[in-house]
Amino acid sequence: MELVEAIILAVLAASTPLLIAATGELVTERSGVLNLGVEGMMIVGAACGFAGAWLTGSTFIGALFGIVAGTLVSLIFALMTLGLAVNQVATGLALTILGIGLSGLIGAGFVGERITPAVHLAIPGLTEIPLIGRVLFGEDGFVYFSVALIVGVWWFLHRTRAGLILRACGDNHVSAHALGYPVLRIRTFAVMFGGACAGLAGAYLPLAYTPFFIPGMTAGRGWIALALVVFSSWRPGRLVVGAYLFGAVTILQLHAQGWGVGIPSQFMSALPYLATVIVLVLLSRARTGGSSAPAALGTVFVPDR
Amino acid sequence: MQLVLEKRAERSNTIALISPLIAIGLTIVTMVILFAILGKNPLLALHAYFIAPLTDGYSLQEIAVKATPLVMIAIGLSLCYLANAWNIGAEGQFLIGAVAGSWIAVKTQGTDVGPWVLPAMLVLAAAAGALYALIPAICKVKFGASEILTSLMLVYVADLFLDYLVRGPWRDPHGFNFPTTAEFDPIATVPLLIEGGRLHLGAMIALLVVAAVAILLGRTIKGFEIRVVGAAPRAARFGGFNANQLVILTFAISGALAGFAGIIEVAGPVGHLQPGISPGYGFTAIIVAFLGRLNPLGILIAGLFVALTFIGGEQAQIAMKIPLDVTKVFQGILLFYVLACDSLILYRFKLVFPNRQVTRGAG
Repeated sequence: MELVEAIILAVLAASTPLLIAATGELVTERSGVLNLGVEGMMIVGAACGFAGAWLTGSTFIGALFGIVAGTLVSLIFALMTLGLAVNQVATGLALTILGIGLSGLIGAGFVGERITPAVHLAIPGLTEIPLIGRVLFGEDGFVYFSVALIVGVWWFLHRTRAGLILRACGDNHVSAHALGYPVLRIRTFAVMFGGACAGLAGAYLPLAYTPFFIPGMTAGRGWIALALVVFSSWRPGRLVVGAYLFGAVTILQLHAQGWGVGIPSQFMSALPYLATVIVLVLLSRARTGGSSAPAALGTVFVPDR
Repeated sequence: MQLVLEKRAERSNTIALISPLIAIGLTIVTMVILFAILGKNPLLALHAYFIAPLTDGYSLQEIAVKATPLVMIAIGLSLCYLANAWNIGAEGQFLIGAVAGSWIAVKTQGTDVGPWVLPAMLVLAAAAGALYALIPAICKVKFGASEILTSLMLVYVADLFLDYLVRGPWRDPHGFNFPTTAEFDPIATVPLLIEGGRLHLGAMIALLVVAAVAILLGRTIKGFEIRVVGAAPRAARFGGFNANQLVILTFAISGALAGFAGIIEVAGPVGHLQPGISPGYGFTAIIVAFLGRLNPLGILIAGLFVALTFIGGEQAQIAMKIPLDVTKVFQGILLFYVLACDSLILYRFKLVFPNRQVTRGAG
């Protein structure tokens, strides 16, 4: 029982950064912009988040630092792809390379430092319930926020007029422009939202997952978040399932290493990456007749005047 | 008043020529600001980065050694990008090539084998790199899976596989438990061009690759098909070009070149297989490919320039304690400016005065 609870807790913790980053990217992609720089925005968020928490001693301020850093980095992307109509794939790659370098510079002074990890919720009477108590009532703030975030994004995208307009921009920017919607402005906000989420997801790693900063600590999570958006067919509900499935794979391979299964640890560590490839192939294959991707995803838009 | 982009009637050849220079200029200005923020003398730092490595023979050779894998990988990537196929997993193909070639070197270690060893290593590495690159290419063509994500995921897998080999079955028994294979036999290493120097045969091979791809792109039908499929997919369809076949072909060539670069690096400057044989060559080569505007000769120059920043970065770290990450920031910023300046080939800025337009419309 104890073990099951521990595994569920670990899965939630491993899934949360994926869920937050993927939620942001989902909104960005729904507006028609493919930002491949999630990894770069995340790692800058991780370095700045740790710096913020270390300087002020507050997890909350650390998270804010992460959000602001991610947003600022995403603005470079917005300027390039929306302002200058540059290829989104190449710009996203550039953003990742820049982000890794920047985070190394910012984080260099903090390697080896420790902070107090994010506090977990504790409600007397509820948190002690066996099995589900700590899972439901004993998480850190990030976990609850991530759930609220994805519900909020679902409601925004599918239940509000603004969300409908955002999706319209992603499906046909020429029509949206012709109807008088400011396509580039809407996309800029969507990119910034994606950056904020990626920054927060990055900050989660040194603030709650491990209480210290290591260069390159995102270890490809940004890329997995991108794959999750494809996995979800751009739907918030499926994104939740995908993120938790992925967290589960990550944790199970760690436990399998602990149980001394006679497989070299490197093979187990490769599992999440291999799983991504296999899932992408299976999903793309299952999708016969038309793709569910936003129709204008990744295409450059320069408004006619 | 508003600044907007406007499509040019035709591409500007003047800007196409000077845009990389503008980009490098802007990057240097940005770096000066960054050095000042870091509290370093910007002039001394720039000198350490760009001038000092050019002043002694050892550094010059070292630049050529670093440029060798960058140019080879970037040349392959440029074919992919021209055909609008996004291989960003060259790092993984590089590592797999290094592993496959090393397999022969490790298995023949200490035995009395003929001079066929090195050629066999090179061929096997290229084949392995090509096969590894074919995984994302086939997933893309057969199932429509995004080659960007699959090729990148395979980088992590290759990295872990190499790590497993040098910590497990291939570890040097006399290596004090360090994760590395034994030094390759002299017959299994890439010969040096200058006795006692650093420059090796790989640099010559890189030049041959540049020439071969320049001919492929400029003088053959296949090269024409690659360019048309990327630049005008509709026209390519009408022309009856098989886009899927070109994805497979360009991925295979770029994988083979990356694998080739991998074994040349391991059997050349490094001399044995170990984790960390690549300081991100596969990713930096993406910058090189774009900086060289996907043109073989341009890539050769860009590769030398980016190699200079690697060596300059190391020297700046030793001489001025400037963190090595500055080099990565530098490379990232450079790519941004290159892409931004390239945008001006097709577009131009224009000032619009919304009010006046409205009046004109009403009148």
